[in-house]
Amino acid sequence: MNFYRSHVLVCGGTGCTSSGSAQIIEEFNKQIQAAGLEKEVQVVRTGCFGLCELGPVVIVYPEGSFYSRVKVEDVAEITTEHLLKGRIVRRLLYSESVVDENTIKSLDNVDFYKKQERVALRNCGVIDPENIEEYIAFDGYKALGTVLTEKTPQEVIDTIKASGLRGRGGAGFPTGLKWQFASGYQDDQKYVLCNADEGDPGAFMDRSILEGDPHVVIEAMAIAGYAIGATQGYIYVRAEYPIAVHRLEVAIGQAREYGMLGKNIFGSGFDFDLEIRLGAGAFVCGEETALMRSVEGKRGEPTPRPPFPAEKGLFAKPSVLNNVETYANVPRIILNGPEWFSAMGTEKSKGTKVFALGGKINNTGLVEVPMGTTLREIIYEIGGGIPNGKKFKAAQTGGPSGGCIPAEHLDTPIDYDNLMAIGSMMGSGGLIVMDEDNCMVDIARFFLDFIVDESCGKCTPCRVGTKKMMEILDRIVAGKGEEGDIERLEELGNEIKATALCGLGQTAPNPVLSTIHYFRDEYEAHIKEKRCPAGHCRSLLSYKIDPEKCKGCSLCARNCPADAISGTVGKPYSIDTTKCIKCGACESACKFSAISKS
Amino acid sequence: MKSLKELEEIRNRAMSRVNMRHDRDTGTRIVVGMATCGIAAGARPVLNAFVEEVQKRGLSDVVVSQTGCIGVCRLEPMAEVYTPGNEKVTYVKLTADMVPNIINQHIVNGQPVIEQTIGYYEEHNK
Repeated sequence: MNFYRSHVLVCGGTGCTSSGSAQIIEEFNKQIQAAGLEKEVQVVRTGCFGLCELGPVVIVYPEGSFYSRVKVEDVAEITTEHLLKGRIVRRLLYSESVVDENTIKSLDNVDFYKKQERVALRNCGVIDPENIEEYIAFDGYKALGTVLTEKTPQEVIDTIKASGLRGRGGAGFPTGLKWQFASGYQDDQKYVLCNADEGDPGAFMDRSILEGDPHVVIEAMAIAGYAIGATQGYIYVRAEYPIAVHRLEVAIGQAREYGMLGKNIFGSGFDFDLEIRLGAGAFVCGEETALMRSVEGKRGEPTPRPPFPAEKGLFAKPSVLNNVETYANVPRIILNGPEWFSAMGTEKSKGTKVFALGGKINNTGLVEVPMGTTLREIIYEIGGGIPNGKKFKAAQTGGPSGGCIPAEHLDTPIDYDNLMAIGSMMGSGGLIVMDEDNCMVDIARFFLDFIVDESCGKCTPCRVGTKKMMEILDRIVAGKGEEGDIERLEELGNEIKATALCGLGQTAPNPVLSTIHYFRDEYEAHIKEKRCPAGHCRSLLSYKIDPEKCKGCSLCARNCPADAISGTVGKPYSIDTTKCIKCGACESACKFSAISKS
Repeated sequence: MKSLKELEEIRNRAMSRVNMRHDRDTGTRIVVGMATCGIAAGARPVLNAFVEEVQKRGLSDVVVSQTGCIGVCRLEPMAEVYTPGNEKVTYVKLTADMVPNIINQHIVNGQPVIEQTIGYYEEHNK
């Protein structure tokens, strides 16, 4: 057996792969071979480390050097300087970790990671997800083995209940209770399902877990199967995640090979097996009942509840459906005990939550924090604040189902109930940050547009109602808003919330309603003054030439595709706003900053 | 695989291989001089011997890493051992076959191998 003295961990998540990490791995293998180090240095492709802004990421152990924004051209230098001669390549180090000439902070102490508590993401970035033995090295499958040989199904359910784990898919239903219900219904076949559809735009928490630590989901589903009495499970993954699908396939194959899936697991008499089912691009199939209909081969349309899936779910049998991140917490809760988990978080929201930080923020990426961490800490301390010195305006949580949180609520401790109280929701974990240049009306329109596209069409409130709301918003951003439009949006929104058949429709009005609640003045400016305060909505912009600054060079007029600018050379030019198509070409062309928009 | 015991065996075997992938501020550090002087004097086999011995014995609290020129080039291959609560011990003129003894006597049993340290060497080789 080979004893490697150094491990080079390269992130192989989707983000870093699209920035070329696969080529980096190839180059490392080549360079290491050329230097004769292939028996001493191991290159490992891992999952997502979380600091996606700085990808491709390479960490070299035992030193723990965190190299960021690595290019293929840097690999030769890292090999000869660091791997061969032991000299860390300082210019490639993540700058936050460098204290001074002689000191490098350990990763746990840099601002990005200091306040994080990686529970669900524990193994991501540490292990090779395609090697089951590395998962086992970090206590993998020990929880399953313990549960099957030492605990009864009811004891497992009690443990999950005691931990306070709530569904991480967005609704936050107590997981232990869900398993209890399913366990209570008797039938000849029961099912365990995993919702890996992750349809929220900008969310990639589940993707990172599946790509970086697929076995944790497999182990948790087997534990769930034992708890409720199911012998078959399905993982419903969206087809847009090819890397995740591949890693899952490899993992399931290895789990079967090692006897973690199949018949008589750990000699306990318990059988359990898993299959993958691919989604086909429908956001609504992330909804529990629609997902099950999709697995059954039907069109993904929600069905009324009751009966709840715990009683009649997949193929009308008792079923449990949980989110990827929910499952990722289960083995640790079994191993460390429920008190360990419930010691983290707030009174009603225990444990941690993974957030996908995106939008106008410096450290875009994946973060996992204990419940109760404030938005301010996440955005300014972990996230590194807003780039270019801009002012924070709002943060959107919960994707198309969630709401905006303005600056006045930045110190709210994040948990399920607090977020609902201020008009948003936890959602699956997408957290989009917006600054002073974002138009809140346009943000609402963006999310509603997504919903209108994804509505399955079964119930009238969603099918027709969201479209009607969309038409009003389209008019508003085009400068054709009318008196009464805000009230119409509020009325429609509240009616849809009360009458839509499924969660997609019921939460669709949230972005609109919450932006109206906190940013009504922006809506009024659009409608009454035909003005966009953030300077974003094109149709409401007017471009003007400042006669004091204009030199009459005619560059703008020559660049205008609509022939809207006129004048005589040497004298200030002017824009005909009726012809102007607001493309901004003149503003970019002007060398004297004489053109501005408002 | 059929039993928890088999799982434990795989775990122990695999753990020693992935154990270094954690940042740690505590525990023992063994730092081997691997600059040009060290490598020329034969430090690479010494480094590999340390790594092999630590992993074979499953010493999870020990990190073996390399450094540049420690300074006393004529005494290479050199290794410095930092154990918590003790002063640093510097070994000189090492060869790979001395390593198992150092690990056993110093790291595991807490008694530095005096005869191989820099102080002893300088005293006895004036």
